[in-house]
Amino acid sequence: MNTPEPFLGVTSHAPVRHHILSVMVENKAGVLARVAGLFARRGFNIYSLAVAPAETKARFSRITIVVDAESAPLEQIVEQLDKLVNVVAISDIAPKDALERELLLATIKTNVDSRTSLLDVVGNSGAAIVDVDAGSVTLMLAGTPAACDELERELENYTTMELHRTGRVALPRLGKAATATID
Amino acid sequence: MQLTGAQALIKSLEMEGVEVIFGLPGGAILPVYDPLIDSSIRHVLVRHEQGAGHMAEGYALATGRPGVAMVTSGPGATNIVTPIGNAHMDSTPLVVITGQVATVAIGTDAFQECDITGITMGITKHNFLVKSAHEIPRAVAAAFHIATTGRPGPVLVDVPKDITQSMMEWWYPTTIEELDLPGYHPVVDLDDERVNEAISLIEGAERPVLYVGGGTLKSHASAQLLAFAERTGMPVVTTLMARGAFPDSHPQHLGMPGMHGMYSAVTAIQKSDLLISLGARFDDRVTGKIPAFAPHAKIIHVDIDKAEFNKVRRADVSIRSNVAAVLEAWDAATVTPQNLEVWWKEIDAWREAYPLVYDEPVADGPLRPQHVIESIARAAAPGTIVAAGVGQHQMWASQFWKFEEPGTWVNSGGAGTMGFGVPAAIGAKAGRPDRIVWCIDGDGCFQMTAQELVTARAEGIPIKVAILNNAYLGMVRQWQEMFYEERYSEVYLSPDLPDYVKWAEAMGCVGLRATTVQEMHAAIATANSINDVPVVIDFRTDSTEKVFPMVAAGASNDDIMVHPLQRESK
Ligand SMILES: Cc1ncc(C[n+]2csc(CCOP(=O)(O)OP(=O)(O)O)c2C)c(N)n1
Ligand SMILES: [Mg+2]
Repeated sequence: MNTPEPFLGVTSHAPVRHHILSVMVENKAGVLARVAGLFARRGFNIYSLAVAPAETKARFSRITIVVDAESAPLEQIVEQLDKLVNVVAISDIAPKDALERELLLATIKTNVDSRTSLLDVVGNSGAAIVDVDAGSVTLMLAGTPAACDELERELENYTTMELHRTGRVALPRLGKAATATID
Repeated sequence: MQLTGAQALIKSLEMEGVEVIFGLPGGAILPVYDPLIDSSIRHVLVRHEQGAGHMAEGYALATGRPGVAMVTSGPGATNIVTPIGNAHMDSTPLVVITGQVATVAIGTDAFQECDITGITMGITKHNFLVKSAHEIPRAVAAAFHIATTGRPGPVLVDVPKDITQSMMEWWYPTTIEELDLPGYHPVVDLDDERVNEAISLIEGAERPVLYVGGGTLKSHASAQLLAFAERTGMPVVTTLMARGAFPDSHPQHLGMPGMHGMYSAVTAIQKSDLLISLGARFDDRVTGKIPAFAPHAKIIHVDIDKAEFNKVRRADVSIRSNVAAVLEAWDAATVTPQNLEVWWKEIDAWREAYPLVYDEPVADGPLRPQHVIESIARAAAPGTIVAAGVGQHQMWASQFWKFEEPGTWVNSGGAGTMGFGVPAAIGAKAGRPDRIVWCIDGDGCFQMTAQELVTARAEGIPIKVAILNNAYLGMVRQWQEMFYEERYSEVYLSPDLPDYVKWAEAMGCVGLRATTVQEMHAAIATANSINDVPVVIDFRTDSTEKVFPMVAAGASNDDIMVHPLQRESK
């Protein structure tokens, strides 16, 4: 039987040949749909995608896309993206040159027994507690995707009520310029 | 000056030099149809919005100027989706204006609401939903700029009804900056290094072929191509999208490559050591099985759209440019390939062995479709424009018509849209009233958009339509005969239902029928003598005729099948 592999979500180790595209777009209605539609239409896979207003807030947004460079040649993905009129600039950051960060938020069920050990996990991972009530704790980690993966694994020993990850954003390491494709 | 959004929209179209709009009104676009009455722009009222889109395409292909169509929201907009998709595949510059429900009603499933910008996102070069009357001039100017620069294509402008009804202070963008397109840079300077790299490849080539695609026509590079080809002596092939870019009568022209291409054109590409692609995109209808395509050739790929590079075939040198500029640069460098005498000897042998052929005509019929096309072509005035539907008749038209200049071949290549022919011919004639326009159509295609002949008659656009009536969806029949053991499934149409002559007459056209060779010549002569109303000829052709040469889908171009008459000798 040829069953497709389930999509296991955003983890740093899942994409074998991932690339990070930092895409500057015009901050206009429907732009995200254009980008997502292009990927769907041409069969390019997205591992994660994060969008927020860019430095020049009013006019542009930055979309950080982690792409599967095995689903299509990276060159095709970049050139097709570049053809979208609302795409202003694309920089391709190779994983080894990238500073990647991601945010993880999780609400964990706790009781008297588990609370102390959970606090250890939080302390060791560099996460922070952001909300607490009688039976649960919400914690947050801003870190590398690998650190988020690691924390997620640690949390498997607890009862996780909800866990959200943002998908990564990235900048090139200082002194490592991204391959810029200015449209 | 205070104008309504509707007045601003029409005035913007006037500013862009639009001479004709193909369209059909309805609720959401109603406000715009009012100032149209006072405009110098001609409006051609179609009978179906698909017709408007294809007419705009035919206009663009025949004139080189962008075609303009205008329709209402909802079903009006969805009816024009096929032509938009067709124009997208063939890089035809179109500006399509759609009415939209009022801004406050968007998203409420209002009457005749549809998300046409969403629907056409993947089949337009770009589209706009206009949010204020003030933005109308910018949206229209940007639409024309985007549609006509770089790699051309369709642009859609969706205008809500409240926007066309509200007031604005008239202005019009005068600079590119005012178009506010920070991500759109369609042209770049020619990269001299690449040009020179290509020159060294050309100078080393012993078996070069100029693989000419639609981009050569789009960049108006025919004169440069002729000069370059003649100076270097290289063989030329023109794809289905490039017919007319190089004269068919020229001795260096091998004709069309691809699935139904000339034996010599297909084989020259296969045996070439250098393929110079000029605005072509290595379409699967040209390459056949990709790993087997031109296996020994180095590739120079010239295109204005850099996303075409390395998409299908890795290029040895890729040059982002319009075709004309590159040819001029090469010519300025007086680039010369090796002595091509041996190469031409081989090519000439293929040409002699496998010219285009067809079975002897039978005086009493059924007519040979190839003979019909040749006879129309022989009797046609120079510069006649030919539009085609999609199917066998289209391939025969491309093969047997002799194209001598750009803008004389109007056809649906990338999408292969049945029903393209009649409306596209009307659009071409509207743009080039000085030219004779023939539509070579199939009986199946004709039935898809024939109603536009009512438009042609009402608007005084006298085209001539040759229906090659083989009573079948012939191209599909051919595949079923060859690849499905003659198991014919849903391809029979009947030669008499409908009665094409009566139908033509009911639409205000002259209707003629030809069954014998004599009637064929007589009907063509009659059609040529009528220039005030459209003429439709029902040519009764042989149902069993097949298009050759043929490379089966997915097969290697080396396995080209020639016409049965030529098989013993192969
Ligand atoms: C809109 C559309 N539907 C279906 C097809 C598939 N198709 C390609 S050619 C063809 C037959 C066309 O028949 P006709 O117009 O009679 O031309 P012929 O091949 O007989 O010359 C069909 C059905 C198509 N290309 N376009
Ligand atoms: Mg037919």
